[in-house]
Amino acid sequence: MTDLDSLLLADPRPERRPGELGARELARWTWRQLTSMRTALILLLVLALAAVPGSIIPQSGVDALEVSRWKDQHPSLTPIYERLSLFSVYDSAWFSAIYILLMISLVGCIIPRTFVYLRNIRAQPPAAPRNLLRLPDHASYTSPQEVDEVLAQARVVLRSRGYRLRDADPDGPGGPGADSLSAERGYLREVGNLIFHLSVIFVLVGFAIGSLLGYQGGVIILQGTTFANTSASYDDFDPGSLFGTDDFDPFLMTVDGFDIEWLTEGSAAGTARKFNARLTYQETVEAPEETYDLRVNHPLTIGNTGIFLIGHGYAPVLTVRDGEGNVAASGPTVFLPQDPTFLSFGVVKAPSAQPAQIGLDGLFYPTFALIDGDPVTVWPDALEPLVSMQVYTGNLGLDDGGAQSVYALDTERADQVLKADGTPFRLDLRLGETQTLPDGLGTVSFDGVEPWVRLQISQTPGKLIALGGVVLALIGLLGSLFIRPRRIWVRARQDGDVTKVEVAALDRSGGGDVGEVLASVVAELRGAKDAESTSQSGTRTHTHNPQPRRNDD
Amino acid sequence: MTNAAWESLSNQAIGVAGIFYFLALMVHLGEWASLRAPKVAKESIASGGGGVAVATGGASRETDPDVLAARSQRVDFLGRLGVILTVIACGGHFVSLVGRGLAADPNRVPWGNMYEFTVSGSFFVVLMYLVLFRKYGLAWMAPIVTGFVVSVLMVAVIWLHSEVAPLTEALDSYWLVIHVVSAVIATGAFTLGGIASVMYLVKLRVGETTTGPMSRVPSLAVLDRTAYRVHAFAFPVWTFAVLITGPIWAHEAWSRYWNWDPKEVWAFITWVVYAAYLHARATAGWKGRNAAILACVGVLTLWFNFIGINYFSTSSQHSYALEAPATPGPETGGPSVVGAPLRL
Repeated sequence: MTDLDSLLLADPRPERRPGELGARELARWTWRQLTSMRTALILLLVLALAAVPGSIIPQSGVDALEVSRWKDQHPSLTPIYERLSLFSVYDSAWFSAIYILLMISLVGCIIPRTFVYLRNIRAQPPAAPRNLLRLPDHASYTSPQEVDEVLAQARVVLRSRGYRLRDADPDGPGGPGADSLSAERGYLREVGNLIFHLSVIFVLVGFAIGSLLGYQGGVIILQGTTFANTSASYDDFDPGSLFGTDDFDPFLMTVDGFDIEWLTEGSAAGTARKFNARLTYQETVEAPEETYDLRVNHPLTIGNTGIFLIGHGYAPVLTVRDGEGNVAASGPTVFLPQDPTFLSFGVVKAPSAQPAQIGLDGLFYPTFALIDGDPVTVWPDALEPLVSMQVYTGNLGLDDGGAQSVYALDTERADQVLKADGTPFRLDLRLGETQTLPDGLGTVSFDGVEPWVRLQISQTPGKLIALGGVVLALIGLLGSLFIRPRRIWVRARQDGDVTKVEVAALDRSGGGDVGEVLASVVAELRGAKDAESTSQSGTRTHTHNPQPRRNDD
Repeated sequence: MTNAAWESLSNQAIGVAGIFYFLALMVHLGEWASLRAPKVAKESIASGGGGVAVATGGASRETDPDVLAARSQRVDFLGRLGVILTVIACGGHFVSLVGRGLAADPNRVPWGNMYEFTVSGSFFVVLMYLVLFRKYGLAWMAPIVTGFVVSVLMVAVIWLHSEVAPLTEALDSYWLVIHVVSAVIATGAFTLGGIASVMYLVKLRVGETTTGPMSRVPSLAVLDRTAYRVHAFAFPVWTFAVLITGPIWAHEAWSRYWNWDPKEVWAFITWVVYAAYLHARATAGWKGRNAAILACVGVLTLWFNFIGINYFSTSSQHSYALEAPATPGPETGGPSVVGAPLRL
């Protein structure tokens, strides 16, 4: 032992200046700061502030097209914004940092409070203060009953009101607590508070599960075609980082038809209702066929996957015959709506055409009309459909194997087909018409219009955890807001022939108005026994908080 | 009645409501003005609706009990008249909302566009005010509430008015009723709480006075408690609206329960600010003034979200205020809603 002592003594501690903190103290200080209410408050406000940019700057997770449009318009700001992750605020490191700090602060606040609460949950209400009349809310009256009778009766009254009572005479007979009674209620408020804060963590866990293990996919399906649920079938696919290809529900579905009802009158004329995609689906390849009417607000759930109808459009059926008379491209082609009138843009590619590849791009007018010489669509329903397209020939860039969007034509190595006078040639086809292309390239015919639907297909695991968390949070919140923790003390003293009774109440929630509670308790204490023996004037109720003034009093 | 008749009834009723709110505002202002003693007297008095009559000395006219009683009577009368006018206006307001709903074919709840949301929101502000009038003694709030509602109705009728149209498909859900009712009730209550908090700040600056209109406003402690109680009611309702029913409906309609849509972002911001308010009230150094400032920030974010954000951001799926913009294509990868009419 002496060796150890000398060893310790031999090691001179570095001198410390006052106010300097060791690593442990610094950590403790940091932890204290982080878990203080003030920090939590500031973090909350910072979180609110940090959420603002995402509502003003287009977000790639919400509207990627708007993001690229914005980037085109602001070339100088774009690199700065990208560096600050302002196009994906809610996934950014700095936004995550704020809410993670907030969560740490919350946990650091809640765990100690939980232990404190567990220790206190069986605690007795504290003994009555020496002078009850010093409390802001108090009352006193005289009673002809004995001290013990008064206290016994107060026990009954307060217990029936749900108060927990301090055991009689905890300090022994004749002790300072013998002439008084302590009562407390509202123990569940803190439980509500703890539940609320813990539930916030639940919600975050549910949210995280959804974004890690789930996916969002979008696909356009033509009427009459079948979709098999594999990642290759999606037009756009955004999986969570832990989503595996084994997690797909192996279903098949076919869009048998798409119904729509266009409003022809009223101020909403030109908009549609009652979108209905009639589906036939099989949960697995072996499973029996089932049908479902997929409508807005009525998604279909297959296994863990939700299927939602979120859009629709037109697919003109165009047939391209090449210079040798062979069909080089045929079938419906998805055109994308450009605006609410369903003026739609699309591309047809015929790479196998001979003698040269043929590419078409242009517009689809559901109900075509010339107004003042301008081509417009006057109605979104396909009543007088017309396609109007430019024609390109040459190398469409499909042969080098690179991926290419089906909604864009690579015209870099292709030439626009011109009329004899040198102006661009344009195909204008009404339904059923066929037009011959110049230079012996072939013909194009417009054979029909098919509808397509756009479906959002997603797995959102954890959504019930998140929902359960929010519901629990709400319950906890109600508890913490509306359970009023109160203490009431009653003291009775012999004063000559009568007993002097003092009652005081304390609201511990900070929002309550205990004056009314106090008055009602006093009234019950006095009213429960002989009402005539004490005169009303014997009562003095004093309330610190003035009552709200009313118009009519 | 035909749909057109219902619609014109609705338009007339909102006009009548507006006129009566305006009259109520005038009467309440008259009520407050009569609290001021004539200039001759130099010192003014406050009768506080008969509650606290404090004469601060001065001309004998001011201490004459007959004069005081007459003034007190006049103030009381004007106060009651104002409330009656507000009740009548509120009735007209309600008729207008019912008319909007019945004018549509098929009949529906009157929550299809910004005009209807704004009219409903202001209706709930008045309704909550009238319901809580006695309980919390809100007489002092009368000119502010009527002034606020008159302004909001003017904005609605002049800028936001649109003809009755059927609900867009995505709105056609029973979640509309649950979600919007709770959001609008919370909006009404938050607005009243915000008014109380603004008056708290004003009173804090002016100080306790026994004269002039500010003497009608209750003490700081009462203002703080009234604000807290109204907020404590509104906050869970708001939680229910934006964090429970909103996500459930969003999941049904758009496949994502939380999509960081601008409207969602601002509802979240509002929620966070009010959460901060509730915490601030229990934090030393933040009680009182700072908490009241937070409540005012909260009500600003609330109304900005209600009206402002629709004009600020075009990418919102809650864009019932605007023509839907050109629709993005699937090659962009976003969860875009192709085919604008499906937009909510």
